[in-house]
Amino acid sequence: MFVRLSAAIAAVCLLSSPSFAQNAKPTDPQIAHIAYTAGVIDVTAAKQAIKKSKNKEVIAFAKDMVRDHEAVNKQALALVKKLKVTPEDNDTSRSLAKSATEKQAELAKLKGAAYDRAYAANEVAYHKAVIGALDTLLIPSASNAELKSLLQTGTKIFQGHLEHAEHVAADLK
Amino acid sequence: MLPGLKSFAVLSVVLAAWGSVPAQADTIRVNIDKLVFDPPNITAKVGDTIEWVNADILAHTATVKGDWDVMIPPKKTVSYVLKKAGDVEYYCRFHPNMKGRIAVAPK
Repeated sequence: MFVRLSAAIAAVCLLSSPSFAQNAKPTDPQIAHIAYTAGVIDVTAAKQAIKKSKNKEVIAFAKDMVRDHEAVNKQALALVKKLKVTPEDNDTSRSLAKSATEKQAELAKLKGAAYDRAYAANEVAYHKAVIGALDTLLIPSASNAELKSLLQTGTKIFQGHLEHAEHVAADLK
Repeated sequence: MLPGLKSFAVLSVVLAAWGSVPAQADTIRVNIDKLVFDPPNITAKVGDTIEWVNADILAHTATVKGDWDVMIPPKKTVSYVLKKAGDVEYYCRFHPNMKGRIAVAPK
């Protein structure tokens, strides 16, 4: 029964996108890789929005995402260098990247207001998923204090972006 | 009202204002660190300067909806002189979870 239940949970987790499901506690090098990947994904999505959208508010939001996530990832790289940690690719990072690529292909097919709404809705969902992963998996698993602190600041940034994305999504309705 | 009386009234108002010029305007510092305005609540008066010191690597704003908007670049200090009395709530447009409040007394 227990085995079956965990299998069911795993299946649900795999279906939900993006997926942060992982049984084992990630190590610091893996956490660094996941956090960095999460930032890169949002920058890529934002760059697509800057190219595709004609909506001033959407473009301004996307530019904010590029600026913030690039700044944070620069700081993250400086920290891993200082800590002599080499970010390590892992299943969570790979699954994140895979669902992001799929989402980007899906968004690429949309145009105009339909695209703007889908991008904003995905930004809301994505930021919620990352905040959940930071709070329940990444922060509790991080062993280095500086990495933990950077992740905690990361949560606040993602929360700020989530509220911002919710405003943008509401304005598009 | 007679024209003479009117100008007298204006003159008295001007003189009253002249007499009540406050001693000096203050500068109040608000630190920004890890997406928090610290202190979040301040009291000030018209003519005072608010000085935001941004220790973050991120750009922020201090924005009052429908009124003033101050850009605060990363690692920079930016000032704003309060022009109106009243209680205002301000927030960061980029990170709306950052909030502050200023109770501005008249001069």
